[in-house]
Amino acid sequence: MAKVTVDGVEVEVPNGASVLQACEAAGKEIPRFCYHERLSVAGNCRMCLVEVEKAPKPVASCAYPVMDGMKVFTDTPVVRNARRGVMEFLLINHPLDCPICDQGGECDLQDQAMAYGRDISRFSETKRAVKDKNIGPLVKTVMTRCIQCTRCIRFATEVAGVPDLGATGRGETMEVGTYVEKALGSELSGNLIDICPVGALTSRPYAFTARPWELTKTDSIDVLDATGVPIRIDTRGAEVLRIIPRQDDDVNEEWMGDRGRFSFDGLKRRRLDRPWIRRDGKLVPATWPEAMAEIAKRFTGRVGAVVGDTTDAEAIFALRELMARLPNAQMDCRQDGAAINTTHRAYYTFNSTIAGIEEADRLLIIGSNPRVESPVINARIRKAVLAGLRVAYVGPQIDLTYAAQRVELSTDFLAGAAKPMVILGRGALARPDGAAVLARAWELAAPTAEWNGFNLLHSFGGQVAALDLGFTGGDARAMAAGGVDALWLLGADALDVKPGIFTVYQGHHGDAGAARADVVLPGAAYTEKDGTWVNTEGRVQRAFAAVAPPGEAREDWKIIRAASAALNVPLPFDSVEALRAAHPLFNTLGLVRSPLPHAPPAGTVSAEPFRLPITNYWQAEPIGRASPTMAECARPAHAVAAE
Amino acid sequence: MPLSDKDRIFTNLYGAQPWNLAAARARGDWDGTAAIVQRGRDAIVEEMKNSGLRGRGGAGFPTGMKWSFMPKATDGRPCYLVVNADESEPGTCKDRDIIRHDPHKLIEGCLIAGSAMGASAGYIYIRGEYANEAKVLQAAIDEAYDAGLLGKNAAGSGYDFELYLHRGAGAYICGEETALIESLEGKKGMPRLKPPFPAAVGLYGCPSTVNNVETIAVVPTILRRGAAWFASFGRPKNSGTKIFCIQGHVNKPCNVEAEMSIPLRELIERYAGGVRGGWDNLMCVIPGGSSTPLLPKHICDDVLMDFDALREHKSGLGTAGVIVMDKSTDIIKAIQRLSAFYKHESCGQCTPCREGMGWVNRMMLRMVEGRAEVDEIDLLEQVTRQIEGHTICALADGGVWPVQGLIRHYRPLMEERIAQYKARSTTRMAAE
Repeated sequence: MAKVTVDGVEVEVPNGASVLQACEAAGKEIPRFCYHERLSVAGNCRMCLVEVEKAPKPVASCAYPVMDGMKVFTDTPVVRNARRGVMEFLLINHPLDCPICDQGGECDLQDQAMAYGRDISRFSETKRAVKDKNIGPLVKTVMTRCIQCTRCIRFATEVAGVPDLGATGRGETMEVGTYVEKALGSELSGNLIDICPVGALTSRPYAFTARPWELTKTDSIDVLDATGVPIRIDTRGAEVLRIIPRQDDDVNEEWMGDRGRFSFDGLKRRRLDRPWIRRDGKLVPATWPEAMAEIAKRFTGRVGAVVGDTTDAEAIFALRELMARLPNAQMDCRQDGAAINTTHRAYYTFNSTIAGIEEADRLLIIGSNPRVESPVINARIRKAVLAGLRVAYVGPQIDLTYAAQRVELSTDFLAGAAKPMVILGRGALARPDGAAVLARAWELAAPTAEWNGFNLLHSFGGQVAALDLGFTGGDARAMAAGGVDALWLLGADALDVKPGIFTVYQGHHGDAGAARADVVLPGAAYTEKDGTWVNTEGRVQRAFAAVAPPGEAREDWKIIRAASAALNVPLPFDSVEALRAAHPLFNTLGLVRSPLPHAPPAGTVSAEPFRLPITNYWQAEPIGRASPTMAECARPAHAVAAE
Repeated sequence: MPLSDKDRIFTNLYGAQPWNLAAARARGDWDGTAAIVQRGRDAIVEEMKNSGLRGRGGAGFPTGMKWSFMPKATDGRPCYLVVNADESEPGTCKDRDIIRHDPHKLIEGCLIAGSAMGASAGYIYIRGEYANEAKVLQAAIDEAYDAGLLGKNAAGSGYDFELYLHRGAGAYICGEETALIESLEGKKGMPRLKPPFPAAVGLYGCPSTVNNVETIAVVPTILRRGAAWFASFGRPKNSGTKIFCIQGHVNKPCNVEAEMSIPLRELIERYAGGVRGGWDNLMCVIPGGSSTPLLPKHICDDVLMDFDALREHKSGLGTAGVIVMDKSTDIIKAIQRLSAFYKHESCGQCTPCREGMGWVNRMMLRMVEGRAEVDEIDLLEQVTRQIEGHTICALADGGVWPVQGLIRHYRPLMEERIAQYKARSTTRMAAE
């Protein structure tokens, strides 16, 4: 530890810390543009200059290491003048088009200019203009606003692992770009918008739609993949205008995948906003009482229920309770037929935890492409790889953005590892020998009480909660193939239901499930309900409703509560609080670790090659499939090579 | 008393003899090199410290002390010597003549300096425009390898030393030591943040020392003739001999090796045939390459050419590229040309340099015409102060010093130019 005095305040910081970190420890705010905690230090914006005793000139605090006994001054005339000078230089070639800039109101340059800017410009020469770059459908560029901080270059190179961006030219003519025009080949490109301190990189779908101070901000969870990225939903009126990540060092650090960030425009399209009933082979609009009457009449006999991939835990629990009250009822949540062993929770969670990836020394990925199944987890793996983690994978050839060896399924790669780790994709379980694959992966990970390196990477945000709530027992595919007389699909779109089965589809999008249904009940999307989700780690997370469901759509648990009354088996809760009180899952928010069980029963793994669960990152679920932005991303010119 | 021929280090500076190994040996190069290397690194560094040699690349850092920063014990990483032959400072052409006509002095110096810092290899980074020089130097290196003077047991000294030549691609900034290292590593030539300094983390992450060509080339002679001999020239702390590059409005522009602390007037009149039109026709001199502020005639009359004397006059010895300008010079235009150069060569990394150099140059362009207000001279001065000292490397400092020098010494001229412009435009307006 080094003792540093900042403006007379003595603080202790670790050796090797930067002066900027010492200043922050002392509670001094240091302005910065190029410096970012999660990127390498560039030290080029020169905004964070401070005075250090005995140093001949002001030093860049972000890049200067502390020394014991150092005296730092952050508020002297020299420092103030230096920062004012830098601010003036940044502004002379900046277009000052704040009134038409989407960054306006949340712009670092704007904020710092309030503190260090002049009230009038002394620059009477011609300003520089820079040609905009077309870097794809997600990130809009206004390169004249760029202050050459190189954060985007460092993010793309270091975190995303896709070195598409670079600087060409030198001096005044230095420009950030891709050199040869191309769309960014990363699933994390939206983060460039967040890290750009000015309005050079902004969101293309959000362009000119709103000002930050007009927006209502609601904390929620991204359920479009299983990472459980905490998000903030920005709305105006009844419309979701923007989704941005919140910070959680244990989950996403501060990153988020492009699908979760940009696919929300699908929430306005193909929505189910009223009940429908099939009459003479055609779906016709109906009222809620008519739909409930139809269900009361026809949801009988051998009944079954299947929940989909992004459903909230409240709705799953309500449906489970409903099915439990009906005779001959079957339930399942595994539309993909994944042979998930639900006898112990550790068999289906990401036991190392996401932050734990950084502790592992060897990682074997089986039947999964984390780059498309969870770009954020992939970024965490990449971070660990840069720090020494070695990675191999079993399955089709993939580009993970870091060095990974393609191997056969064997013990060789993990042999001798101190903290071995296995990531098993759902694709590896959705095959006849899935249970054997699971047992094999468990054996390779060799979990102990200290370190459990067995990890199942789910594909969507609702999958773990359904397993936790025990929405299992049946076989979804067998039910759809004729194992039941009446089937309730709660957001389940991936089943091919046999003709003759009376099908209720409850969900928010007119996707495959609704098209097949006999009764359609309009539910709420994840942005429209107070819900609980469990991420792939087993982290219980709560989201809040940002907007109301459209039209006559209702929160899903309420629909099921109403249906239970129609079916004469009324559920014992009338409020979401009462529902949550009925199951311990809802009591503890945060990471719930799974105890270590004995190994699952072994079997023989066939020689059949592994398949990946997601091949089209952009359009993997109903919201993405309804989204024009995602459709644009999925065009062959932009599509990421998943296979 | 002028420097006598027997005390000159660069005896083939004008290329009167061939550059090859045989001729170099006849001039005394590679004589007893093994014995010098075998004195050991401590003895060599001590001798260099005693000689008082200061780096010839511009900054004037004591060479012996720089070498002593190299780690004594290796932590497994090799050490490297890097020779800066990216001589791009306008007004400077001394390294070119050394490489052209006396390359073996440099190569022998590399071996000795390399051994004195425990370097396993040396890299010479030569300016891309020096195409012929690079050919000569490469041929000389090949010759030295063939003669067993480099490589395993170099020159029979028992020391193993490899030497590589690398050509730059024509960027002034690559003469900055850390930008040079970046460029040598194959990256974009942008200066690195310091600390860590190259002696701790340099080329390929290994301890490295970057020295100028002239600094390295004088090492063998100093060690052969002794530190006391070298220190006997010049004033204390400014000792030795130095190649001066005299150009501009002189009758006989030349490179000349002379004693340090020689009076500027004597330097120009003895070696360069005097100022065109006589000493009284002198306007000003840029004493140390384009980065150093100019000196008007009244200072030139008696100033000594060394680090400390020029610093007293708020200029510097720099690379000793002496640019002489007589009274026919449009000094504002001349300095504007330099600011255009620095704007062009800024790497674009640091905000003050990237944005400021363009601003300075644009204002200077108006100053040349006089199309400005008088208080804009103050603004120009303030802008240069805002740039200076706020960047990673010294390019920005060197880029604004000439402008500061101009304002310091020729402000009345700038004001007059503005007044003339105003008068012209008013007459024009009146006529219309």
